[in-house]
Amino acid sequence: MKKRSLVSINDYTKEEQLRILDLAEEFEQQPTQKILQDYVVATLFFEPSTRTRLSFESAVSRLGGKIVGFSEASSSSVSKGESLKDTILTVSNYSDLIVMRHPKEGSARFASEVATVPIINAGDGANQHPTQCLLDLYSIRKTQGKLDDLDIVFVGDLKYGRTVHSDVMALVNFNVRFHFVSPPELKLPSSVKKYIKDKNLEYYQYTDLNEAIPKGDIIYMTRIQRERFSDPIEYEKVKNAYILKNNMLKHSKENVKVLHPLPRVNEISLDVDDNPKAYYFQQALNGVYVRQALVASILGVK
Amino acid sequence: MENKELRKELQVSAIENGSVIDHIPADSVFQVIKILGLESADNQILFGTNLDSQKYGKKGIIKISNKFFAPEEINKIALVAPQATLIVIRDYKVTEKKQVEVPDEILKIVKCFNPNCITNHEQIQTRFELVSKTEIKLHCYYCEKITAKDNIVFV
Repeated sequence: MKKRSLVSINDYTKEEQLRILDLAEEFEQQPTQKILQDYVVATLFFEPSTRTRLSFESAVSRLGGKIVGFSEASSSSVSKGESLKDTILTVSNYSDLIVMRHPKEGSARFASEVATVPIINAGDGANQHPTQCLLDLYSIRKTQGKLDDLDIVFVGDLKYGRTVHSDVMALVNFNVRFHFVSPPELKLPSSVKKYIKDKNLEYYQYTDLNEAIPKGDIIYMTRIQRERFSDPIEYEKVKNAYILKNNMLKHSKENVKVLHPLPRVNEISLDVDDNPKAYYFQQALNGVYVRQALVASILGVK
Repeated sequence: MENKELRKELQVSAIENGSVIDHIPADSVFQVIKILGLESADNQILFGTNLDSQKYGKKGIIKISNKFFAPEEINKIALVAPQATLIVIRDYKVTEKKQVEVPDEILKIVKCFNPNCITNHEQIQTRFELVSKTEIKLHCYYCEKITAKDNIVFV
């Protein structure tokens, strides 16, 4: 994977994805290794993100690498009207690898074409977020011991949630059964369902969260945003129907883990946090190991 | 009767050498001219539109002297004129006739339907992959969204 950009999860084969997960396990055993001392990594965040940026910077720092970059477009030359192409070409001169988050879909693919160094997409609009996907795969494998023969329940905004789309695209490479829980307005788009159908995998759709909970080995929660609804009354109707409360986990499987890409607003009640089935904060920590693995792998030091 | 037929045939004069693009939908003639960049060509060009056609009702036709199209060049028009026929003329005779085909990759000519796509905000040539030939669905190489036939706008 040396020198290769990661824009969309499909850019890496199943084997390459698994290699990153294996490498992430090594970093979990030994997170501090001074292997990037000769490297500079640029983090260009054209829109703010706490978790993704900090976990990348933490990952690089623990490996001894240097970080340059900005955390919002207003503190970059973009505010002077510089094009994305010019920004990327310039930063290519200053770094060995660019991690980029941008509000426009396709920006990362474009950046990977013009850059002279590899690009890691840390989110391009509503399109892709492949590193979140890899850390989700890592979290699923770590908690279940495998990626095959699992029942995965996705809950919430399945229409616009880029994480759900990337996760589905990656999980179709494994023999999983999908359970999708959402209001009818926010069902998984047919363009994503196509990946499941192409592999002849089973999937089920629900509007009632309680119906799906007992089936899952993984319950993947996402946030439903008010602005996704054209009719505010529709939002009011569904907003409380997709909140996971601790007592709802009573009939869940013993091995189930609750995942969430975070930030959470209210879709997981605070009383779930102390349940050993809650895994979302460990999931966020796994993001550091996975990003260490990815950066080290692309820079060719592992 | 014979005279009328003759007059019809001569509505757009014959050319000695070059290409004829026939069976263009009448409302797409100017689009085809644009896609092929004929506006700035030095060749002699004759065209007609809203001509009677037994097959299509109304049709357009373009004749370009001393111009021979490569398949990837002519296939660009398939998005607006899927039924078009390319006829190669040498010494006033038809030497080749073929249907245009929608290419697997569509470069530069179509705008991405997704308003949040980077190609609509930076100076980037668009690039699509054809995902379905039967109903024409274009998959944007950049934002990965689909632009369907009804939403196609030309750059």
